[in-house]
Amino acid sequence: MRFGVVVFPGTWSDCDFHYVISEVLHEPVKYVWHRDRDLDDLDCVILPGGFSYGDYLRAGAVAGRSPVVEALRDFVARGGYVLGSCNGFQILCEAGLLPGALLRNECLQYRCQSTHLVVENVETPFTRGLRPGQVLTMPISHGEGKYHADPETLRLLKDQRRIVFRYADAEGRVTRAANPNGSLENIAGLVNPEGTVLGLMPHPERAAEAALGSTDGLLLFQSLLGSLVEDGSFLKR
Amino acid sequence: MKVRVLVRLKPGILDVQGAAVKRALAGLGFAEVTDLRVGKVIDVELGAATAEDGRARVGEMCQRLLANPVLEDYTIEMADDLAPRRAVR
Repeated sequence: MRFGVVVFPGTWSDCDFHYVISEVLHEPVKYVWHRDRDLDDLDCVILPGGFSYGDYLRAGAVAGRSPVVEALRDFVARGGYVLGSCNGFQILCEAGLLPGALLRNECLQYRCQSTHLVVENVETPFTRGLRPGQVLTMPISHGEGKYHADPETLRLLKDQRRIVFRYADAEGRVTRAANPNGSLENIAGLVNPEGTVLGLMPHPERAAEAALGSTDGLLLFQSLLGSLVEDGSFLKR
Repeated sequence: MKVRVLVRLKPGILDVQGAAVKRALAGLGFAEVTDLRVGKVIDVELGAATAEDGRARVGEMCQRLLANPVLEDYTIEMADDLAPRRAVR
């Protein structure tokens, strides 16, 4: 699978994603500049975290209208996969590729910490190797991660089972205390109706090697690549 | 042509920034403040044949970039509205 990692001025997780894909997963990957419109040779586009265009106006607002994101609409329509993490999730919402928006954390603090995520939907390309109710450990690092959607949109997300991850405690219980940013119903990640576009606030690329404390982030890639076996352990490549 | 756009969070969306500023004011003794919300002012200068054209173009700008319709409402004030207003120093 050919990956492209988008780089905006102010992106900071691009090198981490590139490293994980090339050095940990051994898949072909290249950087894609924010002015590029040619995504033809890619199967999966990554929108990494950071502060694209300084997050001026609103987080992800300017990036959400950039040439590469405009090209992303055709890419998605053709069935390409998109994973947006942190600022990438904010960009997907600003671009209207995912519904809702991300607001300033309720605590008003920038939160950089480990979180537990409970997996709600295992029928997306990014989670098909996981078990329903499985608890993943991944870090967050953001100031604006409080997911918001109007009641009608929330109902639609639930009806279509598009909420993929919620913040939970270590046992997978979705509690107020486990919610690091005041996100609506503890929502941490969701997909488009086709399941091909995933946005999440946590950082899978920062949970991809044992030395970093968790390898759960790899599970999303391994699901996408179809290289997980039934019991959840990895196939050796 | 000068146009001023005011962008604010929709009613019902918790403005945590406003709440923090309200608490800070209370700490300074302004206990009478019952509500406070923080918004944005965007001053735009543009070329337009008529005020209506200018307002319409800025309206498009609001819908496409300046405001996020999921979260925010906006109002547009034309230069004529702005003229009598003087900065308080």
